[in-house]
Amino acid sequence: MFKKFIAILTLGMLGFTGAAVAQEAPDAFIKRISQEVLETAKSDKEIQSGNQQKILDVVQSKILPNVDFQRMTALAAGRYWREATPEQQKRLTEEFRDLLVYTYAGAIAQIRDQQLEFKPMRNDPSDTDVEVRSQVVQQRGEPIQLNYRLTKSGNSWKIYDLNVLGAWLVETYKGNFASEISKGGIDGLIKTLSDRNKKLSANGIAKNAKS
Amino acid sequence: MSPLGRLLLALSMVAILSGCATTTSTSTSTSTSDSASTSAAKNPVDPFEKFNRTMFNFNDKVDEYALKPVATAYKRVIPSFVQTGVYNFFGNLGDVWTAVNNLLQGRMVDGVSDMMRFTFNSTFGLGGLIDISSDAGLPKHTQDFGATLGVWGVQSGPYIVLPLLGPSTVRDSAALPADFAGNPWTYVTPYTTRYLGTTLRIIDLRAGVLDASNLIEEAALDRYEFIRDAYLQRRASKISSNRERGADDAYRALPDDDDPDSKTDNDSSSKGGSAAPSAEPATKGNAQQENAPAAPAASGSQPASIPAPDADTRK
Repeated sequence: MFKKFIAILTLGMLGFTGAAVAQEAPDAFIKRISQEVLETAKSDKEIQSGNQQKILDVVQSKILPNVDFQRMTALAAGRYWREATPEQQKRLTEEFRDLLVYTYAGAIAQIRDQQLEFKPMRNDPSDTDVEVRSQVVQQRGEPIQLNYRLTKSGNSWKIYDLNVLGAWLVETYKGNFASEISKGGIDGLIKTLSDRNKKLSANGIAKNAKS
Repeated sequence: MSPLGRLLLALSMVAILSGCATTTSTSTSTSTSDSASTSAAKNPVDPFEKFNRTMFNFNDKVDEYALKPVATAYKRVIPSFVQTGVYNFFGNLGDVWTAVNNLLQGRMVDGVSDMMRFTFNSTFGLGGLIDISSDAGLPKHTQDFGATLGVWGVQSGPYIVLPLLGPSTVRDSAALPADFAGNPWTYVTPYTTRYLGTTLRIIDLRAGVLDASNLIEEAALDRYEFIRDAYLQRRASKISSNRERGADDAYRALPDDDDPDSKTDNDSSSKGGSAAPSAEPATKGNAQQENAPAAPAASGSQPASIPAPDADTRK
């Protein structure tokens, strides 16, 4: 609470002095939110034991605001996006977002003692579409490649794609989406996603937290 | 080659040949009455889709009824230091072939590093049970002969799901015998010891990806497609980054996101030595092993955010 007050005060002061609003570099941005999420996950016992509600709270507060789900969904839907009505687009974005949230929450429940290392950025400071590269260092095996694509949104960045071990999320979902759409149209895809989300919400993620 | 290796090779050949009988090139899309594939156009990277799906389901059944329960019990019951020991031991043997492949690919630094890994781990690491090299700054790599062929320019060929071994491509299936030959464990003499060891290794590998495979269950709308697409991307990425000399991964241009048919170049490969039935560690590990962004760690980091005064971005 106090931190937030200070933050707002600081921002306000910057504006007052006429200085340009400080802009966080995209990799610093990713590092920061990563650190927050990882610290929270490692220190909170309830998260480690798979308390779904708690984890969803973390995802919703720390991650959701930083992701551009609409762009993600549009890219995954490919050419079908243009054929969808605004209502369908909205519903599709919501359902896809929920699916990703549940999946992401499941991943968070599995965090134990991993570390993150960041690689040097190769983008121009003036780019508005960048890639941040990192890797997850863990006990067993090779480090896992974890890259992000971000787009500049106002003064901040938003994530719109994720690469794990060399596979981009959007690219991987394109196939799934295209199949579902060709089977039952966009509404069919929305329904499939929605059914899946209901199932995930009912099952909870506790059972996947420790296997 | 061991009888088991020969059997698997034979199965692979049968699979490939039967596939070849029905399709010629990867560039034509022919329509089939395959209810599982999408509409009339066949996926150009997956002309064997019908066969692959069957094999995928078969592997799934084996996994569900045999491997996964055993791996789950293994993970729960066996003390974690024992599990780590098993993993390290077989990983150490695998480092030999990894080193060879790194050198074949022209990656001298990594190749020498892997040779040193093997040396240190085998001696100071008590025969490979302890992985001291990773902590000493020699990270683990995995390379297989299929990746080497890819780096040399051999195209991957269509996606193929091997019995028990899981996702692969035509090129990498052909490279498998080399991977078997390059694994020291293949030459251990009493057959029983060798098979027991291999079984233990497979169980351990499966246990290592249990969490990730559970995640994929949730995340994927169609697991077969999801795993295929993720796998092919991963292999293409691995090979193209292998082509770069030096430590950093290659900076690759962003694929054209507006083109629904654009996929990263199917320079995919299989996984050679690390046989894991229908659940290739890399594949399962990938989709959303999003150990959420975090932690401060050391190397290669830029100085923390340098505010860039830029009045124009205020809207």
